[in-house]
Amino acid sequence: MNTQPLDFVPASEFKQRASGAVADAHLRKSFRGAMDFLINKRAAQFPDPVALESQRALAEHIRKYSLARLPELLEQLERKLTDNGVKVHWAENAEEACAIIVGIAQRHSTKLMVKGKSMVSEEVELNHAMAAAGIDALESDMGEYIVQLDGEKPSHIIMPAIHKTKQQIARLFADKVPGARYTESVDELIGIGRAVLREKFMSAEIGLSGVNFAVAETGTLCLVENEGNGRMCTTVPEVHIAITGIEKVVEKLEHVPPLFGLLTRSATGQAITTYFNMISGPRKPGEKDGPGEMHLVLVDNGRTQAYGDEQLRSTLQCIRCGACMNHCPVYTRIGGHAYGTTYPGPIGEIISPHMLGLNATHVLPTASSLCGACGEVCPVRIPIPELLVRLREEAQHDARPGHAPLRGQGAAKSRLVDAVWSGWAALYTRPAFYRAFGWLATRFRALTPPMQGGWTVSRTPMKPAARTLHELMAERTKR
Amino acid sequence: MDAAGSRHYPDKPAKVYLFGTCLIDMFCPEAGMSAVHLLEREGIEVLFPADQTCCGQPAHSSGFPEQARAVARAQLGLFPEPWPVIVPSGSCAGTMRHHYPEMFADDPQLQAKASALAERVFELSEFLVHVARVSLADRGAPARVALHTSCAARREMGTHEHGRALLAQLGAVEVVLHEHESECCGFGGTFSLKHPAISSAMAGDKVDALKETGAETFLSADCGCMLSLNHTLQKQRDGFQGQHLATFLWQRTSGEGGQQ
Repeated sequence: MNTQPLDFVPASEFKQRASGAVADAHLRKSFRGAMDFLINKRAAQFPDPVALESQRALAEHIRKYSLARLPELLEQLERKLTDNGVKVHWAENAEEACAIIVGIAQRHSTKLMVKGKSMVSEEVELNHAMAAAGIDALESDMGEYIVQLDGEKPSHIIMPAIHKTKQQIARLFADKVPGARYTESVDELIGIGRAVLREKFMSAEIGLSGVNFAVAETGTLCLVENEGNGRMCTTVPEVHIAITGIEKVVEKLEHVPPLFGLLTRSATGQAITTYFNMISGPRKPGEKDGPGEMHLVLVDNGRTQAYGDEQLRSTLQCIRCGACMNHCPVYTRIGGHAYGTTYPGPIGEIISPHMLGLNATHVLPTASSLCGACGEVCPVRIPIPELLVRLREEAQHDARPGHAPLRGQGAAKSRLVDAVWSGWAALYTRPAFYRAFGWLATRFRALTPPMQGGWTVSRTPMKPAARTLHELMAERTKR
Repeated sequence: MDAAGSRHYPDKPAKVYLFGTCLIDMFCPEAGMSAVHLLEREGIEVLFPADQTCCGQPAHSSGFPEQARAVARAQLGLFPEPWPVIVPSGSCAGTMRHHYPEMFADDPQLQAKASALAERVFELSEFLVHVARVSLADRGAPARVALHTSCAARREMGTHEHGRALLAQLGAVEVVLHEHESECCGFGGTFSLKHPAISSAMAGDKVDALKETGAETFLSADCGCMLSLNHTLQKQRDGFQGQHLATFLWQRTSGEGGQQ
């Protein structure tokens, strides 16, 4: 199988893209505006901080409980779905996931697959694999449709085309959609997209969807959406393939509402979405609609690495609401594309290293001021800043004793950086030397280097004071 | 996290320790001296252990836990009496209060020591409000100021509330809110060195927002944020500058205007 290589994010390229993004006044303004809008919409849904904390505590507990029992819940889910007539597939990595789906498509002589929104399908680069097999894969979520039409990737996990303006979309549709005229009316633009998609739903042999929650006890796949395209993809074509990460399973139906309520409120500031689909199997004899055949592809792709570590496991609590990126001052400045990975923003910084290896992604956990906004809004209380710090450590060191090395462990190891921190520790653990250093630095402050690396890019150099606080306090004692 | 009010506060002590922090020690000692003056005026004796250096935060947040532990460990024994330890910086106070116990998780004896110390750590403005229960008499001319509440201070120490409470006692001072008030200033320790483009963009937005308020100065309870923003403004050749909250409070209430 010839899929495109998965993303690799060299530090220099990330920094280059980030520099380009922050210099783009238009992009800065549009992301800031969009993020402010989402922040305010979310805030309006959580007027009572005490109630919010109790909801977060419950959601965190459900996710931790589900993860603690993940292997058995997955087996239970497989049994239930199999009983319901769903074929369950396991994919260890992106290539396997793509091979499974291409295989199903080829057995059905598929020409067209319509896709509901699925970040896991982006993660495994399914569209490339389908194209390589000569099968059209058409995105039917309006935002995904727009970015696909323009040959781009999503810049946000919930709002894939958030980086685009109305005018850019108007131009894109006029250029790329046969028969479409230029219009900046949002309603008309959506009408143009819908007209194209409506016909495709009818002709596609396969519909693909993601999964928001998979309920083990009943074998129910829950799908949260606003446009109805998810329902079309999962009911109209003869074959429905659902794809999801192995972490999405919960034990009971009653575990879904608390997570669902926080997901929509945190993501788009909606109390509930327009559609909530609960899918438990293909069409049964005597039923008039629904697919005749249904598959679920459960994707690992590095998730078991996170699962295997007590602290890193909390990464898998994520329900993909995107609130961490909406509130992230870094994401707001650089947008989603600068990250170079399927999942941008804080969640991307902590999950991409498991999917792609630290050798490919070690720069990402460093792209945070550790301000803590992400952890503060995360509806399932993932301690994102702590995980960023942990991944910084793993990227620069061998594995801790008793811990299995992560993929790409130690990829950012540098003797120079090690020496700097060892020197720092040597100075700051020797008070007499430290005071002598302070004495010298203040006496010779005129000699402070004028260029201080990244600091002086947009700041004047740091210069020691005339006397340290240590000296000022010592003089007082003498007096 | 310590939301304001959730912590049990002791009675006003006769003595406290001051942990001056490495940034204040080298770059803004006047903020440390102001903290001393503010505490002494309340009749509290301030002890400054001469062997203190740094809380260890820079190495901790950069992914060098061994070095962070070594430096943190060197501070653990410097505060033997059960007096409060006052830290005029939200992020250093947050490190000592919240991260010290977990830093020594694999050594029960050190962890007990770290936890006992963490319990006694107070950010300066928190201490002034809740323990010293100061009542400030403003002696300055009418002024408009903006307050930048650092992220660690806000999210780990609840300090934004304490800073506001102290400023509210100053009769002639009007505190104005800036746009995106809770947003990070872009400092982030080594983040500002590793990702200068992003950090600069954040700092630039923050100084713009602070200036737009029409305030004469901005205040911060964190020396790191203050230095980052002041040096950004200096590079822009802008006369607008920030001050450490402690310095401002002392200047307004001591009648020593331009003192230090």
